[in-house]
Amino acid sequence: MIAALLLLPFCGGLAAFCLPSDRFRPLLLPVCGLGHLVLTFFVIQGGQVAPLPLAGNWIGVDPFSRLILLIVSLLFCGCSVYALGYLRYRIAWGNRIFVSCLLLFLSAMSLAAVARHLGLLWVAVEATTVASAPLIYYNRNRLSIEATWKYLILCSVGIALAMLGILFVAYASLAGGAHVSLQFDDILQGAANYSKPWLRAGFVFLLVGFGTKAGFAPLHTWKPDAYGEAPGLVGALLAGGLTSVAFLALLRTLQIMDAAGDGGMAREAFLAMGLVSLAFAAVFVIRQPDFKRLLAYSSVEHMGILAIGVAVGGVATFGAMLHLMNNALTKGVLFLSAGNIHRRFASKRVGEVQGAITLVPVSATLFLLGFLAITGSPPFGPFISEFTILRGIFTGGHYLTGGLFLFFLAVIFIGMGSTVLSVVFGKPLERKGDINYRETIMTTGTPLIMLLIILFLGLYLPESGRKLFADAAALLEVRP
Amino acid sequence: MDNYNPANLLLLLVILFNFFLLGSSRLNACIRTVAIQGGILSLLPLFIHGFSGHSLFLAGGAFLLKGLAIPFLLLRAIRQVHIRREMEPLIGYVPTLLLGTLATAGAFIFSDRLPLIEAHRGSLFIPVGLATLATGFLMLITRRKAITQALGYLIFENGVFIFGMLLAEAMPLMVEAGVLLDLLVAVFVMGIVMHQINREFSSMNIGQLSSLRE
Repeated sequence: MIAALLLLPFCGGLAAFCLPSDRFRPLLLPVCGLGHLVLTFFVIQGGQVAPLPLAGNWIGVDPFSRLILLIVSLLFCGCSVYALGYLRYRIAWGNRIFVSCLLLFLSAMSLAAVARHLGLLWVAVEATTVASAPLIYYNRNRLSIEATWKYLILCSVGIALAMLGILFVAYASLAGGAHVSLQFDDILQGAANYSKPWLRAGFVFLLVGFGTKAGFAPLHTWKPDAYGEAPGLVGALLAGGLTSVAFLALLRTLQIMDAAGDGGMAREAFLAMGLVSLAFAAVFVIRQPDFKRLLAYSSVEHMGILAIGVAVGGVATFGAMLHLMNNALTKGVLFLSAGNIHRRFASKRVGEVQGAITLVPVSATLFLLGFLAITGSPPFGPFISEFTILRGIFTGGHYLTGGLFLFFLAVIFIGMGSTVLSVVFGKPLERKGDINYRETIMTTGTPLIMLLIILFLGLYLPESGRKLFADAAALLEVRP
Repeated sequence: MDNYNPANLLLLLVILFNFFLLGSSRLNACIRTVAIQGGILSLLPLFIHGFSGHSLFLAGGAFLLKGLAIPFLLLRAIRQVHIRREMEPLIGYVPTLLLGTLATAGAFIFSDRLPLIEAHRGSLFIPVGLATLATGFLMLITRRKAITQALGYLIFENGVFIFGMLLAEAMPLMVEAGVLLDLLVAVFVMGIVMHQINREFSSMNIGQLSSLRE
């Protein structure tokens, strides 16, 4: 089952590369996306999965994998339908590389979600970097190439640091006289005997390495450029999928530190990173003139919220798991609708984009509702998850953290609000942009469905869903 | 210690090449030096772990990719874009060399204080690994051409590789292969992006990549 999950998008990617027709090639995206979603549901329902031949115990499914797989798969499935509409509009550009890289990207993210070997996890995360770099370059202009280069170099170097961290963890086992293995269960079992200094050094490098990929401030500098220049659907996949996968790698690191009895130090580091990310986001969101870069800073903010939730622990961990899902889907709504607005106006500067609600009414409404959702307004899902995290912070007695958290969230709400409102409302400038562009059900249906899902998650959390998040949270609450 | 001797000689060579890379402005020579450095590193597993299947595979794979394929890709990239020299580094060559020397000395002093296991005490692997990491970082920070940045990344990877030599038993074959393959594809994509940078900006100076800022 897992093999099919990994191979379906991989083979789809190869097939997309071989297919000659630009018109029919995009059809592979929803086919693979839907297939992947169905397989994901089977994997989530299936409970214990038989080990794969060849891979031994390097691949397996635990509650984290289930959660991340579901997030990535839902998001990709939505984006693949949107991509049909988008690529039809952009038929003259060709899409061979774009479609194959999208599918390979999905395959790499799924591999990262189910990897149970630190080396394999590394390989998968680096593969996501390489597969997504050509996606950012899709618009083929100076700005997008600059963004691609920054993304490629920063993330590659970051990931190389993570590799160093993995080697340090292995050395910690060697120095501690334990069995040297990077298989995840072996590490969790033996971590108590690991040499502490090496393990801590390894943790720092892993945090910086995967933190670059997740985009914690101040390691986030690739984010605004990449999200700003990439097509909307790529932005959605990066902000919702890639960052979740990188966060998963960080959660695994935290699990190791917990198993070694050093979780306290790790949580302090997470808390500091989270607060710094919130502060950076709050500073850069204010008077941000570019509404796609605005979303990138919002992504930095939400990585910070996730880190704080995990660091505080208790009920906040549950909130963070729930927030992973809410954040990914809300980012999907925002980036996809922002992509539509961008296309209609052929600009993403606030001065040039005004009154979107009269020209692209559905996308503008979705963008506005997405903004309300991501900033934590009821009745959407992020309100519940952020509120849960906040409750965890205050019940844990972290009053200073709670105060700062609320303050930054308020600043970001105001900062984002002024930009979003001026994009959505107002009087549109005469004769600007692509006046032939029309919204279609293809490009507005997907964000609408995502919005309905987060609305649903905000109103009612079904028992099976609650169990999914609670199981994932429980993995972080096991302390020796 | 005795059985480490040939490996130690190779590691000293690696350090010499680090200095050459920091001081040279000729891109062609730099790429070839990184190739030789990669080739030398690929011999290390044979000296440490003997001629087992694992170490033969690792040595062969590393030699093919680090010594041949990646330099070939980079040489092709600079041939396509007709550039020979790194003209204006952010920090001059002599200061970077000095910084490199300091970093190397620091690496040796620092690794004496690390809590290493008995077998690795006094071995050259850790200081040379650290020094190579520092060299890679210096290249990444001080150079302005896209290609020298890619070289910096490769040197950095070489440093990680040296450190990884001490722990080869922790890394199964499949994973090593994946790591090398990722590296190859990353350099391949970087090569394509460099070509595009050159086409769009008619130079490969990433100093011109500065329109995206707050």
